[in-house]
Amino acid sequence: MPAHPTGEVPPLDGSLPASAGVGAADRGLSLYVHVPYCRVRCGYCDFNTYTAEDLGPGASRDDYRANLSRELDLSVRTLAEVGAGDREVSTIFFGGGTPTMLDASVLAGVLTDIRARYRLAADVEVTTEANPDTLDPAYIATLAGAGFTRISLGMQSAVPHVLATLDRTHDPEKIPDVARWVKDAGLELSLDLIYGTPGESIDDWRRSLDVALANEVDHISAYSLIVEPGTKMGAMVRRGQLPMPDEDDLADKYEIADAAMTAAGLRWYEVSNWSTSAATRCEHNMAYWRNADWWGFGPGAHSHIGGVRFWNAKHPKAWSDRLLAGDSPGIGREVLSAQTREIERIMLAARIDSELRLDTLGPGSELAIRNFVNQGLLDAEAVAQGWFQPTLQGRLMADYMVRILTDYLV
Amino acid sequence: MSPQVNAESLKRISPSATSPELIRNFCIIAHIDHGKSTLADRMLQITGAVKQRDMRAQYLDRMDIERERGITIKSQAVRMPWETDGTPYALNMIDTPGHVDFSYEVSRSLAACEGALLLVDSAQGIEAQTLANLYLAMENDLTIIPVLNKIDLPAAQPDKYAEELANLIGCEPEDCLLVSGKTGEGVEAVLDRITTDIPAPVGDADAPARAMIFDSVYDTYRGVVTYVRLVDGALKPREKIEMMSTRSTHELLEIGVSSPEPNATKGLGVGEVGYLITGVKDVRLSKVGDTVTLLSSPAEEALEGYEEPKPMVFSGLFPIDGSDYPALRDALDKLKLNDASLVYEPETSTALGFGFRCGFLGLLHLEVLRDRLEREFDLDLISTAPSVIYEVTMEDREEMTVTNPSEYPTGKIKEVREPMVQATILTPSDFIGAVMELCQDRRGKLQGMDYLSSDRVEIRYRLPLAEIVFDFFDQLKSRTKGYASLDYSDDGEDAADLVKVDILLHGDQVDAFSAIVHRDKAYSYGVAMAGKLRKLIPRQQFEVPIQAAIGSRIIARETIRAMRKDVLSKCYGGDISRKRKLLEKQKEGKKRMKMVGTVEVPQEAFIAALSSDEPETKKDAKK
Repeated sequence: MPAHPTGEVPPLDGSLPASAGVGAADRGLSLYVHVPYCRVRCGYCDFNTYTAEDLGPGASRDDYRANLSRELDLSVRTLAEVGAGDREVSTIFFGGGTPTMLDASVLAGVLTDIRARYRLAADVEVTTEANPDTLDPAYIATLAGAGFTRISLGMQSAVPHVLATLDRTHDPEKIPDVARWVKDAGLELSLDLIYGTPGESIDDWRRSLDVALANEVDHISAYSLIVEPGTKMGAMVRRGQLPMPDEDDLADKYEIADAAMTAAGLRWYEVSNWSTSAATRCEHNMAYWRNADWWGFGPGAHSHIGGVRFWNAKHPKAWSDRLLAGDSPGIGREVLSAQTREIERIMLAARIDSELRLDTLGPGSELAIRNFVNQGLLDAEAVAQGWFQPTLQGRLMADYMVRILTDYLV
Repeated sequence: MSPQVNAESLKRISPSATSPELIRNFCIIAHIDHGKSTLADRMLQITGAVKQRDMRAQYLDRMDIERERGITIKSQAVRMPWETDGTPYALNMIDTPGHVDFSYEVSRSLAACEGALLLVDSAQGIEAQTLANLYLAMENDLTIIPVLNKIDLPAAQPDKYAEELANLIGCEPEDCLLVSGKTGEGVEAVLDRITTDIPAPVGDADAPARAMIFDSVYDTYRGVVTYVRLVDGALKPREKIEMMSTRSTHELLEIGVSSPEPNATKGLGVGEVGYLITGVKDVRLSKVGDTVTLLSSPAEEALEGYEEPKPMVFSGLFPIDGSDYPALRDALDKLKLNDASLVYEPETSTALGFGFRCGFLGLLHLEVLRDRLEREFDLDLISTAPSVIYEVTMEDREEMTVTNPSEYPTGKIKEVREPMVQATILTPSDFIGAVMELCQDRRGKLQGMDYLSSDRVEIRYRLPLAEIVFDFFDQLKSRTKGYASLDYSDDGEDAADLVKVDILLHGDQVDAFSAIVHRDKAYSYGVAMAGKLRKLIPRQQFEVPIQAAIGSRIIARETIRAMRKDVLSKCYGGDISRKRKLLEKQKEGKKRMKMVGTVEVPQEAFIAALSSDEPETKKDAKK
């Protein structure tokens, strides 16, 4: 699993510097709930997740909801202290791990606990990630009844040998059924896909796209496989047992994906995300990318409040121990300088369709922008109207452009 | 066992008061690893020059690098007492460098002696450099005492190699002494033979003083320590001396002998060997081969044989971290104090930044110096491919000397001449074919071939030096399973069809990769270098052609395809800090890139391209 970033040690009570509250009223508030449980740890996964049922006294799955409530209380208190509370929550996202490893009633209960402490917007977006194996119509109905609005299904691939390399155990044949149940329950559906798995051919990838798009989904996230150090897959690549994904192959597959989505009526809005319309975007992720405020609950979860990033202890036991002792589970934080916040703003906005205004970039950046247009990385028309809109090639070179643009800070 | 010299006899051989008849000056000619240092240590022990408790392995090899590699770079002299048949003798053992690069220093060491031990490993037989030094000793009329070492080894074949040595020096096989430096067996017999066989030095005690410098070493505390052999007259402390080649004068602050620790004496007389300290700080003021005389009554003529050190091989040394440039300059200035043959001048490369163009006696000299810079001064360096001295005549008759491909003229060239060498290779006869193939491939011309014994051959080739400074030695070793040995000496210069091959990156020339090569090799050099760079240079935002060219003519081409993907697809909330830090790291890395025109080249690519694979094999070959 990836190491937390290096940062300073926050106060034991988790209190925030006053700067975190400045301008809070103008920023949205989102909540993230990390459910750190999985039945199987996938070979490529570097998320904070655990397969054991019982992770020590106070840290078992049965204790999860109660501990989460403690962190909810702490968050309300902490935000209020800096004047960043009393805001409508616009999005909530349950991620993992596998949130649906928990019983639907537990997830519904957590949502109830949230409602007891936070005011939710009328059009609040409430998403949970789900593993296709874990869903059935009754489970979905419980979520819908509790107020969930969206399910992000970890489909990854439709090809059995690709799923096997990823250690995914679900049956790809089941996807259409699950998709139908979700839609029948009135929930938005997003599918998660992964491309570039070792051994995946171009045709395998086309097939996964075809199967995914046949379900008339609202939203698709397609991520290239990243071989992370410290994972089983990372070790296998290091030992030469699996080939390292080839960058040209990944670029080809990205282009294929974009063509297939476009043909099916989905349009990109972020480098790795496509939706049928602005209304079906994942607003929660948009909040991350727009540097809104969010509180991340649960082991290892990250938060961002007004230029302060902080993160919780990773192990469920360490997380729960701190909460049970009445302390904040936060173990590290970073108070961002104005310059760092600006770098992050550019870094994140450059990945989104027409999010970055060119007139917000520093002096001297015009030349860089003109070069990007000449290199075919930015759309000339959008640039003429003052927007940073990467072309297909440009999306694949977003980090390159960001490295250059962040040389021109205001 | 001969008795240790008693106090009464010791007086007869005290420094500055020893009659020349009681002095024996000798050196040991041996190949690397044939046990010279071990034998020398044993002699120090047996003669009592070094007390048992002070003994450490290879006492005489001072520098770490020497001890680690088991080779001697700098020679020294040690005075030892020995008694044969009741007569005490002062034995001066003059250590000689064992490598081809230092043949001039060897020749001066030999000139300081009347005799030489020819020391050969009885499991391996004589090697090319030993043979070359043996011939040098025979030319100097030295008495040769053949000694076979390591007779304790199971693989020793003393009879076979005694035969070989007898053939070479014209003695009987029985004349070869059999010793084991390791166990000490036979070492006393060697000491006895030195006193009986080697002639006493002859000189004129009443003539103006003349002493030949055979070594000059810089010591941090004492300044330059100059080792001399007194030929005529005498030298005493506090006298003013003059170096005859430079006419520089110094006061003798101290004069003494090494036994083996420095031991100040009342002076040095005819035939004696010792050291001088004048307080000078630069070995260039006290050059090997020069003659020391007295300012008050100078000699008319210098001793024969003095030569200015002449660098043969040139290479650019650049600090990997550009800010180390001043440190590199200081380090070279320091090493220069102890190395009269090292020359250098600042050089600027568009690819590698600021560094120094250095001249060396040969490849080992280059390697040793590089090693010392890295080890003793903690510098990380890139060195460019070694080059030799080319003499170029232009159509308009203008003459130029080129030691760096970047100085190669662009105008109409009438003729290019390159230095040639006479190479002697000793090899087991099984590898004759492999050796000849290598030499032919390196533009060599066979000069002759002789069997030293039934299964060992001496092959002589005339070769361009440039072909040897490239990876010749490694190739020779690998093609002969490490058995062949090589020696070479200057042999004038020859005109050759040489061209300069440039490497272009996206149309811009990379100076560090230019090379002067024979026209027939230009294509393979170009293809190899372009191919190597394609693998080493990361993909850029645009397609980058790598071309090898002679003038404006492209002879090879590779292409680095444009980078298509430079984005991390995942970016969740918890990834943002990590992602920003990665971005900062990438930008930091970009700052360390060298720009060749518009192409970003990581420092490591230059290092890898210039080092090729050969340094590794080279180290192995020498072990």
